[in-house]
Amino acid sequence: MAGRTYPAKPEAVYFFGTCLVDLFYPQAGLSGMKLLRREGLRVVFPKGQTCCGQPAYNNGRFADARAVARQQLRLFPKPIPVVLPSGSCAGMMRKHYPDLFAGTPDEAAARDISERVFELSEFLVHVLKADFTDLGAPVKVAWHGSCHSQREMGVREEPKTLLRGLANVELVELERERECCGFGGTFSVKEPAVSAAMVADKTADIGNTGAETVVSGDCGCLMNITGALEKQQSPVCGRHIAEFLWERTDG
Amino acid sequence: MGDFGKNAEAALASAKLRGNLRRAMDGLMAKRGAQFADADEWSRLRALGTNVRRRSLARLPELLRKLEETCTANAIQVHWAETPAEANQVVLDILRRNGAETVVKGKSMVSEEMHLNGYLEENGVEILETDLGEYVIQLAGETPSHIIMPCIHKNRDEIAKLFEDKIEGAAYTEDPAELTEIARKALRRRFAEAGAGVTGVNFAVAETGTLCLVENEGNGRMSTTLPPVHIAVMGIEKVVESLEDVAPLLSLLTRSATGQGITTYVNMISSPRRADDRDGPREVHLILLDNGRSSIHADADLRPTLQCIRCGACMNHCPVYSRVGGHAYSSVYPGPIGKILMPQISGFACYGDLPGASSLCGACVDVCPVKVPITDILVQLRARLEKTKGLSLGSVAWTGWKIMHASPGLYRLVTRVLGLVGGLIPRCAPLLRAWTRVRAKPRFAPKSLHRLAREGGFDHE
Repeated sequence: MAGRTYPAKPEAVYFFGTCLVDLFYPQAGLSGMKLLRREGLRVVFPKGQTCCGQPAYNNGRFADARAVARQQLRLFPKPIPVVLPSGSCAGMMRKHYPDLFAGTPDEAAARDISERVFELSEFLVHVLKADFTDLGAPVKVAWHGSCHSQREMGVREEPKTLLRGLANVELVELERERECCGFGGTFSVKEPAVSAAMVADKTADIGNTGAETVVSGDCGCLMNITGALEKQQSPVCGRHIAEFLWERTDG
Repeated sequence: MGDFGKNAEAALASAKLRGNLRRAMDGLMAKRGAQFADADEWSRLRALGTNVRRRSLARLPELLRKLEETCTANAIQVHWAETPAEANQVVLDILRRNGAETVVKGKSMVSEEMHLNGYLEENGVEILETDLGEYVIQLAGETPSHIIMPCIHKNRDEIAKLFEDKIEGAAYTEDPAELTEIARKALRRRFAEAGAGVTGVNFAVAETGTLCLVENEGNGRMSTTLPPVHIAVMGIEKVVESLEDVAPLLSLLTRSATGQGITTYVNMISSPRRADDRDGPREVHLILLDNGRSSIHADADLRPTLQCIRCGACMNHCPVYSRVGGHAYSSVYPGPIGKILMPQISGFACYGDLPGASSLCGACVDVCPVKVPITDILVQLRARLEKTKGLSLGSVAWTGWKIMHASPGLYRLVTRVLGLVGGLIPRCAPLLRAWTRVRAKPRFAPKSLHRLAREGGFDHE
């Protein structure tokens, strides 16, 4: 993001997969790890990782969020970057951990981790200066950036830079690129009618572009958008950016 | 608890309402965007305005005392009201004392908070809205659906029909200029006849005892100068220290609200008619309404709520508001600011559903000219609401969620089981039923990332 100082390329990174990726989109996580390894990094996947705590935090269950987040604080002892295939979970760790642990014995650890957290695409662009050779067939794709990736991590252009760098990929922009898809975690089931209207508009926007694939950096949005596309029997499919990049560049 | 969900569903079913709203919000967003095309200028002005608001709130008691002192010195009579009921009583007393039976009113959200119109009508006083949008709403017997553009949910033909039905001698026309002319004629003579004018206040200046009021139609100017009595109602948070403080706020307000560099009228009221003035009211009254603001002010986590200058940009940019409109909130203030303000001034009992009615996307925070951290306050209010709840199915579920995710071994076991049999969870299960209304069921992966990482030869410390 603009204004953030990025470190030099490290030898190793931690990878925090996130619970949603772990349960529903493990290939996205695995692809992210392979992309980092291919760039010459040692990728450490701490075994004790579960969830960043965001679901409870966003619902105002601070004590529950802290209990779960505290479990994650212990997993990254070495002073190396922590990379996440999610702007939303990265935003939770970067923006909200310091507040969540303010005034507790874990505050220093929370601040330390918040400084080391990176969303995958920003890490690929700014730290690794990754340059991919596209081996895939020509395809037209649309990009959907998550709200928290855009607004909490300040990651807006990086994923599009990566997609534009692929020779056979035509990137088309959504008319309302910055508008929420209607996921919002528990919002999608607490206010199902509004959420449904939002995702219907998002899928229509995607459909209007003529894209064959919608790419996103967050599995919450993807689950919402592709779930709706599937229910509508749309031919458009969804991919996490890590998986998309890996599929097209894996020789 | 309110009925946001149900109201939203009804609003979403109206293609006409959705079309009206979307067009209107798109227009407002484009106009605001053009005003702040220069990102550096925006961020500088925004920082300045935010500092003014924070500084004013930090010194609120002192500035309010100063405002009372300077207004009194300017012969503006100051009244304090703890509750809307007290404020209404003050208004009625002033009207009775002056024998005023009809009142013209400029647009004021604080008067909406007071439900002043209904109160005065019950007490035999005729009150007429003079802002065009508010006039339309009053004719229709509705409440404002937007804090700046109260009838934004209506389109031209609805207003044409309303005027034809309700205004004597009005012929059906959809021409905006003709519609405005009909309203203008109907309103004009009423200004001269009115016994008092009631308006809101955008900013009050403590150092000089000045009330600032912005508007585009001249109805504010007329309401504050033609009738013999002017009553201004204001929330106590609207005070700033100096006239210099007004400049950045004024610029941020009009550019954020309507995309105007400045409004057609900027009224600076600093006294009743002086001996050598050719016009102006005999009396000016300022009613300072608390209505829960002191409690918000005393709470460090919630205080930034009071930074708001009521520009409405948050609702214009809100993906929820722009789909359901203001009436779905059943509240005085709709949209993002309403979601944080209403539960604080009117309680969770009525508005406990509003803090949850947000995807926390943060579009409002992006455009707020005074950096009200709306999403943080929403989460804070959700936390306060949680504390008021006892043991429930929800709280038990969250405790289960916490235990599972705070215990890595248990987490891996549960995710493994879900990978094997999660697909058997029926569509009608809690949460899934709402989810699958418009979406396919999510598919649990047979192998978790934990397993794939181990199998892929990654360090698994």
